[in-house]
Amino acid sequence: MNAYEKIKCTRKAGRATAKDYIDSIFDSFIEFHGDRRLGDDPAIVGGVAFLDKTPVTVIGIEKGHELNERIRRNFGCVSPEGYRKALRLMKEAEKFGRPVVCFVDTQGASCGKGAEEHGAGQAIADNLYEMMTLRTPVITVMVGEGSSGGALALAVADEIWMLENAYFTVVSPEACASILYKDSSRADEAAEHLKLSAQDLTEIDIVENLIKEPQDFTDEKECSAFMDSMKKQLVKRLKKLSAENTEQLLENRYEKYRKIGRCAEEGACRASSKTKKHGLFRR
Amino acid sequence: MEQVKTEMKHKYLSDYLASDAVVKCQKCGAEMAESKMAEQMFICPECKKYNRVPARVRIEMLCDKGTFEEFNADVVSNNPIGFPDYDDKIKSATKKSQENEGVICGKAKIGSNPCCIFVMESNFMMGSMGSVVGDKITAVFEYATAHSLPVIGYTVSGGARMQEGMISLMQMAKVSGAVKRHNDAKNFYLVCATDPTTGGVTASFAMLGDVIISEPGALVGFAGKRVIEQVTGEKLPDTFQSAEFQLKNGFLDAIVERSEHREYISTLLKMHRKV
Repeated sequence: MNAYEKIKCTRKAGRATAKDYIDSIFDSFIEFHGDRRLGDDPAIVGGVAFLDKTPVTVIGIEKGHELNERIRRNFGCVSPEGYRKALRLMKEAEKFGRPVVCFVDTQGASCGKGAEEHGAGQAIADNLYEMMTLRTPVITVMVGEGSSGGALALAVADEIWMLENAYFTVVSPEACASILYKDSSRADEAAEHLKLSAQDLTEIDIVENLIKEPQDFTDEKECSAFMDSMKKQLVKRLKKLSAENTEQLLENRYEKYRKIGRCAEEGACRASSKTKKHGLFRR
Repeated sequence: MEQVKTEMKHKYLSDYLASDAVVKCQKCGAEMAESKMAEQMFICPECKKYNRVPARVRIEMLCDKGTFEEFNADVVSNNPIGFPDYDDKIKSATKKSQENEGVICGKAKIGSNPCCIFVMESNFMMGSMGSVVGDKITAVFEYATAHSLPVIGYTVSGGARMQEGMISLMQMAKVSGAVKRHNDAKNFYLVCATDPTTGGVTASFAMLGDVIISEPGALVGFAGKRVIEQVTGEKLPDTFQSAEFQLKNGFLDAIVERSEHREYISTLLKMHRKV
């Protein structure tokens, strides 16, 4: 599959959404609503649950399956209220020392008048800011679509995991094509250039765990084996991360992002005489 | 692909004041000598529109004379994901702006108050944030944290730089993390969102100041207005995403006239001075 075929695959009906992961991997999930400020965004599903026998906070961007549900959840486009609800739940997790697991699946933050009036930019910024120093382990799993700041707002984590056909991008390939070629139908070309696939992002260390996904999500047997395997991996990794010293955990998290696109001088930041370059992809 | 470093001839306020090149107001289109625009602090004498200020000139307007010391002046972007035509875009942006990248960082004094400063440059790919912009701003925050200095930031940006893919997007998280560490060490950060501040910059460090100000009529928002109109089919008023709109909705502390910035910032720096 080329990059754009994979993207189409993440948009296919029948693909597991955040709620499916929550139901299959966790026990006794209790959903909490609202950002305690303005409203409740159905595009974010979050609450507490047991992972194996450990209480965790789990938060997902939910697109929904049936048309009515998809409309109600705004097709997984999260409003500022949704990001604030997610952050509220994360701060709660920090208070009670619960690890956080996020499932990201969005074509981008909610785009509209209300989102701007309620501070979409500020809400996303606040999540990035607070997540960087959240004193509990965070794993984010990119399960389908992951477009722009709207996806990043739940992806400041100790580890980013990604399904093999999921994508994570700075800009949707359609928007990229319409800017570059003034033609959004050339999204397939743009998708290749953006290096948005799980394989590309694993190569440049943005993604820690590339996850093999079922050929067919509707095949019950295959899907349940897949969920079981993800559960085992989550249990194992969260156990490891929870055992780490918190200061070290936060230092590692900071460094994970700090090293991406590193090129300026450290410390005294003196203007260097030679020009710095950095290359990432070997091919 | 190797990039040849071009000889840089930075332009300062004195260059603009001596320039007889004809420029157009960004709003009313009135034509005038560049010197006339510069004399008015780049505010159109006809319609009072706040035109964009080149980053280096902004630094001169704000900082005490001779105190600005630039950090990482020579760092340039390469093409980290091999994006088509990006090398050429960088080359022409460098030529146009006479700057190496979309942000100038350093330390200075404003009204005798020591601080770190970063100013984004609209003439360099509309201040879009790639790895160099993100890294230079991160570095200036880290320096400020290490030296207990406040940070003054001026943003102008179309958002994350598409041509560097996810590396650009991740700069949002990286800079936000550096701002957080600066904050947690109880240091002061003032950001001025100038026209236009949008996308990934709004959704990260432009909205993370202890104090967030803007200029009259500046565009400050997350999603592009045209995109929102396309998606919702709703016609949005001219005031949508203006600084005034952001002030009314509670996302700005103040809209400050350009001639007042130096005094305003200098007073706040004095109030936040660490003994």
